[in-house]
Amino acid sequence: MSEKKENTAKTEVKKAKVSSPASSFKVIVREIVKDKIALTAFIVIILVILFTFGGSLFLNKEQVTETNIVDAYFGWGMNGHLLGTDDGGRDIVKLLMMGGRNSILIGLCVTLICETVGVLIGLVSGYYGGYVDAVIMRIVDFVQVLPALPIEIVLVTVVPKFSPLTLVWIISLFGWTSTARLMRAFVLSQRGRDYVLASKTSGSSDLKIMFREVLPNITSMLIIDVVLTVAGNIGIETTLSFIGYGLPTDVPSLGTLINFANDPVNVVSRPWLWLPATVLLLAISLSINYVGRALQRAGDARQREN
Amino acid sequence: MWKTVLRRILIMIPQLIILSILVFFLAKMMPGDPFSGQINPNTDPKQLEALKRAAGLYDPAPVQYARWVGNLLKGDLGTSYIQHVPVTSLIADRAVNTFWLSILTTVISYSISVPLGVIAGRHQDEWQDQAVQIFNYITFAVPPFVFYILGIWLFGFTLGWFPISGSVSPSASGFWGTIGSQLYHIILPAILVALITTTSIVQYLRTGIVDNKVEDYVRTAHSKGVPDNVVFRKHILRNSLLPIASSLGTVITGLLSGSMIVETVFSYPGMGKLFLDSIGQRDYTTLTALILIFGILTLLGNLLSDIIMSIVDPRIRIK
Repeated sequence: MSEKKENTAKTEVKKAKVSSPASSFKVIVREIVKDKIALTAFIVIILVILFTFGGSLFLNKEQVTETNIVDAYFGWGMNGHLLGTDDGGRDIVKLLMMGGRNSILIGLCVTLICETVGVLIGLVSGYYGGYVDAVIMRIVDFVQVLPALPIEIVLVTVVPKFSPLTLVWIISLFGWTSTARLMRAFVLSQRGRDYVLASKTSGSSDLKIMFREVLPNITSMLIIDVVLTVAGNIGIETTLSFIGYGLPTDVPSLGTLINFANDPVNVVSRPWLWLPATVLLLAISLSINYVGRALQRAGDARQREN
Repeated sequence: MWKTVLRRILIMIPQLIILSILVFFLAKMMPGDPFSGQINPNTDPKQLEALKRAAGLYDPAPVQYARWVGNLLKGDLGTSYIQHVPVTSLIADRAVNTFWLSILTTVISYSISVPLGVIAGRHQDEWQDQAVQIFNYITFAVPPFVFYILGIWLFGFTLGWFPISGSVSPSASGFWGTIGSQLYHIILPAILVALITTTSIVQYLRTGIVDNKVEDYVRTAHSKGVPDNVVFRKHILRNSLLPIASSLGTVITGLLSGSMIVETVFSYPGMGKLFLDSIGQRDYTTLTALILIFGILTLLGNLLSDIIMSIVDPRIRIK
């Protein structure tokens, strides 16, 4: 970002009356570092990523998911299994690494699709306004009121050749609307600004204004949305896997591990099956959200300085 | 105002039509037909074929759709593949349970969130606000099912305060005994769901209060010498309650259709549990009916929200 833009951003922040999108990355970084909890949350995210993605590098999927009934239900620390084993004799630590990685990866993929679609639709809808906007928004409204979870479950069961990638598409089908809505709102607030009008008069094409001029100005809002959406999407995947309609059974997920808690016997006498996964999911969700919220505070001057 | 309401209802008609088409095709995608549950080795394939033809399964899609909608309007949602009873009666039994769970949840949820939101908004950025914010982070960030699992583990198993499954104890007798037992079964899931639904209400209320505090009319009231408490109650709070009033519709329908997870964790015999049981048993007629009901409920919830909003907020009416 250029020097000039940063300067204007700072004066805007000082005025602090209008809730304007933060145009500077520096404000965001400063806000995160200042906020001790957000910094801790950020470190937790890094550690979780190191544990899941780093750990998975040393694992072989076939070995981890191989069943060996003889080793079933070892408790904490028994036979060299730090967190014990599940009903198929699989090591919980390894399942946590792979499951965590899969859950995060799915969350990221869904977010990538939803944000791309959401940004495109938001840009078009907000920039052109009028009829285009009205029609698109009615579609967005309609998708938003659909009962997403039941339909997702049905799709998971009826789609032939179900794979993790299919799951990504199914979740994405319902996830793009909130981003589209949000982006539209930001674009609407930008489209009357002087720089857009100036660009129009000097003959820039609509596409160029949308992607090269408006989009960079809403990037910081986009980043915040991405962070919060990742957390939400991890939640959707784990929820679906938890009730048994998420990832295929041979693909570990945090949700399938927590699913062990659906059996009262496991809840009482084998907490190592589901508790570590629950704690890991808690840690990821909370940290990602905390960082996202801190970013949001950094972006919204009014919520910060009053 | 009636104009706004009427226009809003008119918008719902195309939405309902699209929803019904969507559900119809979703149902078509599901394998099986009403006769697959009745097949036994003695069934003559030719006879089965004739049955299917008579039931119109080979008609063109629009004809089938029209017939399906016709039956819907007559209140006929079909017959369950598995239980061989009308889907309407199957759902009606469960809907009562989900209904009460939702009502109790809503009551608890609003009685927690309104005070919390007021505290957070009034003491913006002080410790009270920060405490509420932490509570909000947790309830917003954590996927609900994690909450239910931890709640059932702590209060159900470890402390043993509440039952962990079912909707009524088999030993309950008499009118009051039954009601008491039902309430006892419903209270823990209701509290857990309520804790999660508070988030958005608290947040709306807090933001509303924070925003309204700096409005001109508040400053005017202050400078005219109106006591702080009166300004807060009569001006700030009243205006901040608007978005909450309108969220009531979505909260209720969200609970009705989002009951799936909590009912699964608590083995509570409601509509959500019925949905998951039906999909496990491949009972597609029941599934289709439930999706349709969930969809209609959400549409109605949104309609309700918009109508409440147009009643309480005159600015929307003018537009």
